[in-house]
Amino acid sequence: MSILSVRDLHVDYRTQAGPIPAVRGVSFDIEKGEVLGLAGESGCGKSTIASAILRLLPPGTEVTGQVLLNGEDVLRMKPGRLRAVRWTGASIVFQGAMHALNPVQRVGDQIAEAIIIHGQGGEREARVRVGALLEQVGLPPRRIDDYPHELSGGQKQRVMIAMALACSPSLVIADEPTTALDVMVQAQVLKLLNDLQHELGLAMLFITHDLSVLVEVSDRLAIMYAGRIVEDGPAQDVFEDPAHPYSRALAGAFPAIGDQQYRMAPAGLGGDPPYPTDIPSGCSFHPRCPLAFEDCLTIDPELYVAGSGRRAACLLVNRPLPVEAGA
Amino acid sequence: MSQREGFVGTLGPRIEGTPLLEVEDLYVSFEGRVGLGSGLLGKKATEARAVDGVSLSLAQGEILALAGESGCGKTTLARTIMGLEKAKSGTISFEGAQLGHNLRKYRRRVQMVFQDPTAALNPRQTIYESVAEGLRIHGISRSKDGVSEEQLVARALSRAGMRPPERFFLNYPHELSGGQRQRVVIAGALVLDPEVIVADEPVSNLDASVRGEILRLLLQLRDDLGIAMLVVTHDLGLAWTIADRVAVMYLGRIVEVGPAEEVLQRPLHPYTKALLDVVPEAGGVDRPFLTGEPPDPTRIPGGCRFHPRCPAVASGAAAAAGVEDRCRGQDLGLLELRPNHYAACHLAALETREGNGQARALSTPETSTS
Repeated sequence: MSILSVRDLHVDYRTQAGPIPAVRGVSFDIEKGEVLGLAGESGCGKSTIASAILRLLPPGTEVTGQVLLNGEDVLRMKPGRLRAVRWTGASIVFQGAMHALNPVQRVGDQIAEAIIIHGQGGEREARVRVGALLEQVGLPPRRIDDYPHELSGGQKQRVMIAMALACSPSLVIADEPTTALDVMVQAQVLKLLNDLQHELGLAMLFITHDLSVLVEVSDRLAIMYAGRIVEDGPAQDVFEDPAHPYSRALAGAFPAIGDQQYRMAPAGLGGDPPYPTDIPSGCSFHPRCPLAFEDCLTIDPELYVAGSGRRAACLLVNRPLPVEAGA
Repeated sequence: MSQREGFVGTLGPRIEGTPLLEVEDLYVSFEGRVGLGSGLLGKKATEARAVDGVSLSLAQGEILALAGESGCGKTTLARTIMGLEKAKSGTISFEGAQLGHNLRKYRRRVQMVFQDPTAALNPRQTIYESVAEGLRIHGISRSKDGVSEEQLVARALSRAGMRPPERFFLNYPHELSGGQRQRVVIAGALVLDPEVIVADEPVSNLDASVRGEILRLLLQLRDDLGIAMLVVTHDLGLAWTIADRVAVMYLGRIVEVGPAEEVLQRPLHPYTKALLDVVPEAGGVDRPFLTGEPPDPTRIPGGCRFHPRCPAVASGAAAAAGVEDRCRGQDLGLLELRPNHYAACHLAALETREGNGQARALSTPETSTS
């Protein structure tokens, strides 16, 4: 059984102007000890998925589909059960560690809070556990009584990671965990997450727009565009030989230094991602796609098989290029 | 500067011909605050030496990338060049003439593009007003050939890729996407026909698929209009895609500078190597990275300022080569170790000297002692 199994997830935000479909039918699985990287631009729905998994979305948001965490559907849990599963079953490392910590509470107490609330120990046991957690994330245990402002950005993110591990969850969701960090600190935090993931055999959902970061830490990649997964497969394969034109453009945004094809030739896509209420007909990517042909305007592609363990939602994957594109 | 006894090398290389923009021996520092009590007890304010001796030249039509970690002083350097921070000492010259107090004319020819287009645009101003603002500040209602303000704004927007420009005149920033907003910011710079654009992290707030288009726009402006650019970035991949030369800053100094291909593919300074090592790429996270405290401009170490974090010192490579004492004790400037490729590193200087017979700058030290 997969640790996490998301089936046909739809999320509509409610606004005065009507519903905004942020996620439009997403399915994926994460096995024990596996890291799934979810990539996409802002507004593609990737952070919405992170929140939907633990039902952290604003009240009134319409969520349909299934989110099976260790076989149990999170979307149908009673409030008490949901509270128990949050943090013990799955936890989140949020983006922007700077703002996620309470500035007037010592970091040790903030981590201990999760342990005590979930009944995994009293104050004394919690303090011992927090010391061990801090050590595990590479912080000296004496930092336990520090306030957030006494820590650097990287150290705060380490505290957030310690907090996510506090109740030994089987799944950790990391939502842009390194985006606000400096390059050198980013490398340190990535290494830490990677080491912990191996050491504890965690399942992980790693979300970021930075494809080059994802390919480093993930076993499999899923690329999102306009609320849907448009390509998935083994991380290395997807990054090195993307099947979907959008994945190709995204990979080109993070050129390898020394690669002559990008020297003085930045790769990019014209246009902008569509607004969720204004999704183009047919393939939602067709207005920006350099390879679009007539059928792309009308046919909404599903995920077609694109090699071993790989799928891509592109008509060109399903069939070869038409001989006379204009005909 | 007084502390530069025995200082070898230069703070920044000169380029051939008259540079368009030249920074010489620039120092910028910020003073911390001292409470009244500790002030009376004789405690001095801590001084953050954000830019600690930098010389830099920019040729016409050249794109120079200024790279480094946050806190290395790259943004302060850019802001000082724009006249937004006051230098403690040093000079900035434009077309050979030193900048004085009157910056108005200079500001028209050197324009800045900021990191966050959402913050850079006034949310209550239409796109037309935002772009025309520069013209009005500089009192230009008509250009020399009798072109109206409206035509100038339209031309700038169109050059920035907002076509047809008239369509956007009455839009407000919130009606545009992030990429379009950055184009408007760039149009606001272009409307004054600048010769230099200083861009501070121009794409780091933009979506990945949009970045390439903005970078392509910058390259195109250089090619079509001959605009020189100083691009401040932490992203060496970005430097690879658009820069002619790359300068790497560490704790207020340029520690390596040279042609982009050279610096990024055959780096000389251990810091540049470390920065290149942490660029994520397929193949796993087991890359070496620097440990130790992040650089703190209030406490710049003596000797080579990088030595406390330097992998070559930590691994004993510097000691084995017999330069460790110099790493710890002698502040070093930039040496031309390969043609046009400068680095401030005792070990690299020794290795290249052994490699090519002798390093050019060591035999003819062009020390700028002032």
